[in-house]
Amino acid sequence: MKKKNKALKNTMSFLVFAGPAVLVFFAVILVAFFNGIQLTFTDWNGLSDSYQYIGLTNYANALSDTAFWDSLGRTFKYVVCVVAFTNIIAFLIAFFLTRGYKGQGIFRVAFFTPNLIGGVVLGIVWKFVFSQVFTQIGSKYGMALFKNNWLSTPDSAFIALVVVAVWQLAGYLMLIYMAGIISLPKEVQEAARLDGAVGWKNIRHIVIPLIMPSVTIAVFMSIKTAFMAYDVNLALTNGGPFQSTELVAMRVYNEAFQAENYGVGQTEALILFAIVAVISIIQVILTKSKEVEA
Amino acid sequence: MKKKKTWRKVGFYICFILLLCVFLYPFYLVVLNSLKTNKEVILDALALPQGLNFEGYTKAFERMNYFQSFANSLIVTVGSIVLIVLISAMCAHLFARKNWKINKIIFMIMVASMIIPFQTIMIPVVKNFSALNLTDNLFAVMVFYMGAHVSMAVFMYHGFIKNIPFELEEAATIDGCGQMGILFKVVFPMLKPITSTIVIMDVLAIWNDFLLPYILLYKDSLKTLPLMTFSFVGQYSTDYSLVTSALVLTMIPVIILYLLLQKQIIEGVSQGAIK
Repeated sequence: MKKKNKALKNTMSFLVFAGPAVLVFFAVILVAFFNGIQLTFTDWNGLSDSYQYIGLTNYANALSDTAFWDSLGRTFKYVVCVVAFTNIIAFLIAFFLTRGYKGQGIFRVAFFTPNLIGGVVLGIVWKFVFSQVFTQIGSKYGMALFKNNWLSTPDSAFIALVVVAVWQLAGYLMLIYMAGIISLPKEVQEAARLDGAVGWKNIRHIVIPLIMPSVTIAVFMSIKTAFMAYDVNLALTNGGPFQSTELVAMRVYNEAFQAENYGVGQTEALILFAIVAVISIIQVILTKSKEVEA
Repeated sequence: MKKKKTWRKVGFYICFILLLCVFLYPFYLVVLNSLKTNKEVILDALALPQGLNFEGYTKAFERMNYFQSFANSLIVTVGSIVLIVLISAMCAHLFARKNWKINKIIFMIMVASMIIPFQTIMIPVVKNFSALNLTDNLFAVMVFYMGAHVSMAVFMYHGFIKNIPFELEEAATIDGCGQMGILFKVVFPMLKPITSTIVIMDVLAIWNDFLLPYILLYKDSLKTLPLMTFSFVGQYSTDYSLVTSALVLTMIPVIILYLLLQKQIIEGVSQGAIK
């Protein structure tokens, strides 16, 4: 009797305390995730309640969808550029902003600003800058670099996307690197200096190995963010000119909601998820293996 | 030796002030041109405005239905975050204090789910929400955000609560406090730092989110601020005075909040990022 009471009491407290969070999490995220897997085997058209199971047809279509693989290849290039530039710039800013110069707090606050604002709004801001201001600078001062609208040719539009992404993300990663550098033990820095590790040597052999945990997080974050980039892509180039800057997240969206191939779109979304998951896991293992104790 | 140090200092300030100008230049351009007429912008986007022209602001304010979109964003953000904090703290407290198998399993599922990108669940979410007639419904948007953000919040609260000595709660039990009482009178006040981290991260994520409202809200009267800005700019894309004014109007609430709470926001984001 007593045991039964206890079980009842435990069930009650589970329902009351964990119930709401677990329910809403299952209903929204897990159901959708498994539903998404199920949808890849159907011909759901976005409207009707009924659909048929069509086996692996969507997978075959996704594999032969050249627009998807083109956008994926482009996204890889984009991810490599964004991850490399953002991390290098963020690290350098963080390094110099932890040297104890006066006013570093102001710099830190200012560099973080783009992260407060959504990607769509930032995309519109930069669209105005690239297409209106830069072209005016180009013709006014005869600067070849800004003569043409960057957003109107494929290569320069791609660079524009990278520039905006780096500009936005660098301030965020800067905070991660700053947290890492600040927590470095003072004695190690001191000992390194006495041993003659200054300047670049200090960065290369002392600072970077010791902040590998921060590197793991920062690279992980930037890979995930860059692979899933949609907002800036939409507002800045909308995939143009001629689909030349359409990144994979936008391809998935367009395949589903514009071409109304929901099954194929969902399949491509799932393939994307698998790729990002595998790459993230490899990256975390790789950078974690480089982590050392101070 | 001392001279070298001074030079280094000068170099630092020159480099960083230049970098800062480059960084903030786009914002400067937007504010500058929002005060001009469209003709002035097209003629010379770099020139200072000939006179202060607020016409862009009044027009954008009216046509964007600014109050309404602002209110929609506010309702969704505040509503979902209050509920996220409440239910996550309750859930994490149970998970941290009761070593039941089911708690461990669900906690692991929640942590694992954090790598699922939104694009993977976007299509089924639209499908399920439409089937339940939950499109064009602000409450449904809030429910989605709750589902999407509780796992992170539970994870962070869980880690924090584990570090609070259990004896405090035992003492409260002896004083006749129930589980609810312990949570809200004893534990919750101690969760303040982690709560502010969670609130700050979620405010930034939810206030600025675009894709979810984009696929679930179609009526103008329900659109959130980023959504409204996007459709407004799409409509008036060639009137740069209007576009830049709309951008300033959209950015200003967040910037004001940032100026007031910069220390907490920076601290919160740093904490959240390394967890």
